[in-house]
Amino acid sequence: MSYLELSHVQKSFGPVKVVHDFNMSIEEGEFVSFLGPSGCGKTTVLRMIAGFETPTGGTITIGGVNQNGLKPNKRNIGMVFQAYALFPNMTVAQNVAFGLKVAGASKAEIDARVKEMLDLIHLGHLEDRYPYQMSGGQQQRVALARALANKPKVLLLDEPLSALDAKIRVSLREEIRAIQRKLGITTIFVTHDQEEALSISDRIVVMNAGIADQIGTPSDIYNRPATRFVAGFVGTLNILEAKVENRDAGTVRLGSRSVSIPPSQLNGSGDGAAITVALRPEALSLSKSPSSDVTLDGRVTSVNFLGSVIRTRMDVDGQQVSFDMFNNPGLQPPQIGEMATAHFKASDVLVIPN
Amino acid sequence: MTAKKFWSWLAVAVAAVYFIVPLAATMEFSMRMRRGTYSFDAYRSVFSDQRFAETFSYSVVMALITIVVGALLIVPTAYWVRLRMPYLRPVVEFVTLLPLVVPAIVIVFGYLRLYNSSSVLPLTNSDTGTNILLVFGFMTMSLPYMYRAVDTAMRTIDVAVLTEAAESLGASWTTILFRCIFPNVLTGVLSGAFITFAIAVGEFTMPSLLNRPAFGPYLALIGANKAYEPPALAMIAFAMTWVSIILINITTRLQKGAAGAR
Ligand SMILES: Nc1ncnc2c1ncn2[C@@H]1O[C@H](COP(=O)(O)OP(=O)(O)OP(=O)(O)O)[C@@H](O)[C@H]1O
Ligand SMILES: [Mg+2]
Repeated sequence: MSYLELSHVQKSFGPVKVVHDFNMSIEEGEFVSFLGPSGCGKTTVLRMIAGFETPTGGTITIGGVNQNGLKPNKRNIGMVFQAYALFPNMTVAQNVAFGLKVAGASKAEIDARVKEMLDLIHLGHLEDRYPYQMSGGQQQRVALARALANKPKVLLLDEPLSALDAKIRVSLREEIRAIQRKLGITTIFVTHDQEEALSISDRIVVMNAGIADQIGTPSDIYNRPATRFVAGFVGTLNILEAKVENRDAGTVRLGSRSVSIPPSQLNGSGDGAAITVALRPEALSLSKSPSSDVTLDGRVTSVNFLGSVIRTRMDVDGQQVSFDMFNNPGLQPPQIGEMATAHFKASDVLVIPN
Repeated sequence: MTAKKFWSWLAVAVAAVYFIVPLAATMEFSMRMRRGTYSFDAYRSVFSDQRFAETFSYSVVMALITIVVGALLIVPTAYWVRLRMPYLRPVVEFVTLLPLVVPAIVIVFGYLRLYNSSSVLPLTNSDTGTNILLVFGFMTMSLPYMYRAVDTAMRTIDVAVLTEAAESLGASWTTILFRCIFPNVLTGVLSGAFITFAIAVGEFTMPSLLNRPAFGPYLALIGANKAYEPPALAMIAFAMTWVSIILINITTRLQKGAAGAR
């Protein structure tokens, strides 16, 4: 049995079912992200783990102990909120000490632990500040230290970086991950930012309308999306409609051409069936390479300069295809309205299960 | 000086005259007890009357009890309504406004009917019981102000998230209320307390009908029987009002965290 188990967890608010049948096992020390669009139930699952919501079905166990019916203040679960939620009437040190004080630790213990926590987040010099005297990033680090001070069984973070600006978001997520590794604490991190989830997680749960669509490592999720939703939500995949030509030979019709793909990808679809395939933008290129064996022709509809890469979009028989090329000052990017040919390898084509 | 500035100053001057002239007149009259010269004889007379000290300290004690009991009743109520029963807000707000429409005399007659010596709960039988009734009466009268002040202070903090943060750190309800919520609404409690104090110390109807030795009835008695002492008392009350305003200001400012958070 895993450390944190959610089995057949469900939640309804009145007649509205928000979480359908959520199953997941998280190992001790793992860093798991919940990724999904707004309203898909990420916060609700997190709040059920913390005990703020009661599941309408299923069980949640931590370390083998069933949490159903246990009050939030008896679970010892660390919680970090999007809005920081520091106590405005307490200094940084008092905020971090709060949980220890409630638990009845001695003054010496509290002082030592507070110092240790503040050193961990590099804010030892601000211990006497009040929350309103600090930046958002600093406040969120204090909130993290406060949540960790009691050595919680599980750390839950609900979009902790959403209120911060882009630069701090990146540096703070690295810091959170480093601290998590150092302490080896089991962590669930909620976000709707796919880059954030991909960059720091051991595993990602992609959620869609109250269901875990796919659970896997970042590379699983990105390279082998299990559903069309995951393919569309994670990354900027090109989703194309195709038709199976010959199932056994592995040929499919993509636009006006026939493409051979590994037949094993086509299981379940008979000849003539409509299927959905995906192509990552970085799998396509304007120049032919020795390994590329398929081409798509289309008219360029937009060219976006993104810094290190240039993203080009073209229209292939009515379907939009976008691809990236590295920025190279010596190279002329394609012009809008031009005809262009994109090259790719047949083995890069992903068939998305319907 | 521009025309605009002139009119602004004129408005200020008119307002100042409106406030200062009656005050100065009262002050002047209160100092004319000794014929032909100004003196503080009226004040001496007020302070030397033992009943002044007795009734005033009685009213202050009652006011302080009212403030403490009121805060203990209203802060948790406002908190609970905000956190768990937001749909009850209109009802609670309506109830807290009732004392503004129901006159004190109606309330106190209601009390006397409900708690008289032949009732199930004969509070009027003892001094303590009657004092309790008086505190409840004061609390009712200050309810509109206290509730609104506390509720406004609560709006500046995110009650729900702070509660959950404290809960996840292991805090019990009482800890959350007294360590996380109360200190953050202290400014509201203090401004509510100030109004409560003013109401409780000056109130005539309730203590008079409950036959309590309070400051309000004493003021009325002096006003009806003496000439120079009433304006002196008015000036003393006025000075005390200002002292409490200043005290509240200082306290609020010392509350660094709560004050700075807004
Ligand atoms: N207390 C509640 N009462 C009724 N419906 C609720 C309640 N809390 C959440 N919901 C509904 O449940 C659904 C899921 O909400 P949840 O907050 O879990 O979404 P989320 O994935 O965290 O979204 P976001 O990314 O916007 O935070 C939403 O449709 C929301 O309206
Ligand atoms: Mg959410």
